[in-house]
Amino acid sequence: MFEAVAFYLFAFLTIAMFYIVVTTKQALYALTALAAGMIFISAFFFILGADFLGAIQIIVYTGAVMALYAFGMMFFDTTRDVKEKQGNKYIIVGLSTLAAVLIVLIVSVPMVSDNIVALYPVADDIGNVQSVGLVLFTKYLIPFEVAAIMLLVAMVAGIVLAGKKMDLSLTLMSGEEIEDMKKEKNKKVLS
Amino acid sequence: MEIGLNHYLVLSTILFAIGLVGVMKRKNLLLLFFATEILLNAVNIAFAAISHYYGDLTGQMFAFFVIAIAASEVAVGLGLLIVWFKRHGTIDLDLMTSMKG
Repeated sequence: MFEAVAFYLFAFLTIAMFYIVVTTKQALYALTALAAGMIFISAFFFILGADFLGAIQIIVYTGAVMALYAFGMMFFDTTRDVKEKQGNKYIIVGLSTLAAVLIVLIVSVPMVSDNIVALYPVADDIGNVQSVGLVLFTKYLIPFEVAAIMLLVAMVAGIVLAGKKMDLSLTLMSGEEIEDMKKEKNKKVLS
Repeated sequence: MEIGLNHYLVLSTILFAIGLVGVMKRKNLLLLFFATEILLNAVNIAFAAISHYYGDLTGQMFAFFVIAIAASEVAVGLGLLIVWFKRHGTIDLDLMTSMKG
């Protein structure tokens, strides 16, 4: 009973938040609604017994990704209203729904034919975090390490792209000034 | 009333459809990134639900990797976006025609 109430409550809240994200004209409203939606999604993970995943969802998405977006938005003009494409609304909604239903069909066809066997069953006597650790550091150790290297590469790329020349405003300089600066310092302004 | 796997899959479908509407509708690149976050989160819900109802931890593992990919995508994408905005003063998709695509 409580599970049903929690499910419908959070489903409604999540859908409402994400609907605001894709329809609002203010970028700041979209950011705030997206952060709220991420928190509400972690509630589903707690309902489903995936405690560690829920905690990671809050920490990584709301703590890191949303904070990164918030800091990144300092560079953009966020007070301006966002312009949108003038397309046929019904075609967009119809295509999106069709694509989403197709993806769910692709996922659920092997389940309907009952071909799924639990490769890594959830143990009853240990908690979620412990069983996640057991599977992650035995079977999925190589993908885990590859993901770590990918995050390192992404961190280096982010620093190189956004961190250079923070004291200069490339939008306020003319093209010749940028070219001069390139020649003077024999460095790439943009790389 | 029992909440089953189908409930979660329907919710995941709805969220995925909302994200796709956002991807097709938005012209501002920052808000396009927000829509892709919605897509990734919708898939994560489906992974966690399947993992729970089949008693298998593989779904949760893939949800972890999806979160890692989303984090690195944001770092690189936001860096590129900041460089583009510094240079051109806009992040409108229709004006990014330097590749003549």
